[in-house]
Amino acid sequence: MKALSVDHLLGIKQLTEADVQLIFETADHFKEVINRPIKKVPSLRDITIANLFFENSTRTKLSFELAEKRLSADILNFSAAQSSVKKGETLVDTVNNILAMKVDIVVMRHPNPEAAQFLSKRVKACIINAGDGTHEHPSQALLDAYSLREKMGDLRGKKVAIVGDIRHSRVALSNIFALKLLGAEVKLCAPKSLLPKYSSALDVSVETDLMKTLKWCDAANMLRVQNERMDVSYFPTTREYALQYGLTMDKLKQLRKDIIILHPGPINRGVEVTTEVADSEYAIILDQVENGVAIRMAIIYLLASKLNNNIT
Amino acid sequence: MPSKVLLDVVHLDILLNRLAWQLIEKHKDFSNTLLIGLQPRGVELLDRLVALIKEQKSLPQLQSGKLDTTFFRDDFRRSEKIHAASASVMNFNIEGKSIVLIDDVLYTGRSIRAALTAIDSYGRPKNIELLVLIDRRFSRHLPIQPDYVGAQIDVLQGDKVRVKWENASKKSIVYLETENS
Repeated sequence: MKALSVDHLLGIKQLTEADVQLIFETADHFKEVINRPIKKVPSLRDITIANLFFENSTRTKLSFELAEKRLSADILNFSAAQSSVKKGETLVDTVNNILAMKVDIVVMRHPNPEAAQFLSKRVKACIINAGDGTHEHPSQALLDAYSLREKMGDLRGKKVAIVGDIRHSRVALSNIFALKLLGAEVKLCAPKSLLPKYSSALDVSVETDLMKTLKWCDAANMLRVQNERMDVSYFPTTREYALQYGLTMDKLKQLRKDIIILHPGPINRGVEVTTEVADSEYAIILDQVENGVAIRMAIIYLLASKLNNNIT
Repeated sequence: MPSKVLLDVVHLDILLNRLAWQLIEKHKDFSNTLLIGLQPRGVELLDRLVALIKEQKSLPQLQSGKLDTTFFRDDFRRSEKIHAASASVMNFNIEGKSIVLIDDVLYTGRSIRAALTAIDSYGRPKNIELLVLIDRRFSRHLPIQPDYVGAQIDVLQGDKVRVKWENASKKSIVYLETENS
């Protein structure tokens, strides 16, 4: 069988199209597994995984944890809030101390861009990036693309819009890489202040008018406004943002076509999408969550199969 | 790869028919029986047996499925080869059923052990039997024996016994691949 071309999952940027297809095929099998009466396989019973969360997370952390448990791995959970990081320990020291307890894989979320890459060069373990600041969030992009593929088939030539706070979004960057890799067309839509500086380098189109974008696209990924990353005000008021860039049933009805709505969560109901839209049949938000476990099982399984085996 | 034919078309045909009749003899109308082919190579054998059984008897309740054991193998990270998973298709409830696992070649028995564990995650069957086309004797790593056997074959360790299924020409054979000859 083919193996992944990488030893760590640091970002989508390092992956090839074949890698992504392999992850999807493996996720298909795991999706069947997690719908069995007993949702567990013994593959990783001799692997220990540390989940290091230096930044808050609910969905991603639970999803990784569940994926690891479904694969029978042993798990170590760490969150920065209750740790020695507060006492001034460096990242490499923290991780090396954890690895001294014989950990094989590290799943890490960190507020600093490229933290995963930094770590992968300095410690002896397989690193999975679960979000590094405003940089990448590869497992989210993979599950978004996987969920889209499930609804629309091959993504080649499909039109996907990414709407909202793109400037502060790691989901956006990873999504752009993943969608381009799979041959989809990508359009970014946001107020100018929330568009990234790099958009011209990414081979994507940019639009500031939500209705024009919606008319163009087959699917829209509605990103959350990340107030916690905003050092200054990027738009006048939340109400004004919601009026211009919030997705409502009215706007969807005007399209006279069905589009697929994604949201990486957590949702600010009434800001980027209204409650009616989030709970409508257009939205595949809960499919994304279910697929998230299967995709993460596939990522961990494929990376674990490449771990140096020192068993005998 | 040098190879030697162990069973030709005619012989194989007789074996398949005998196995089909043995299943009919034991399981009657198959109302409480599930035939499960092991992915990837047992599925072809399953399909042929199901076709032969249906030629003999009209059995609307005959149910069959495919089981993949990749994630239950005991050699994950221990063998050089990375195994590709195939789809599991188990669209029935196995609780309280009689199950016949079907595979082409029984060698070390480790795949069957994996299959027994995999079956567990779908429920608790009444009993499980094993049908194989080829039983490679004296090579078991585990205490596993088949209930239905096409043919028993003795070959050297390291040699491969393969079943080559040809759909169109019906020229299926069992052949031996030897490492050194």
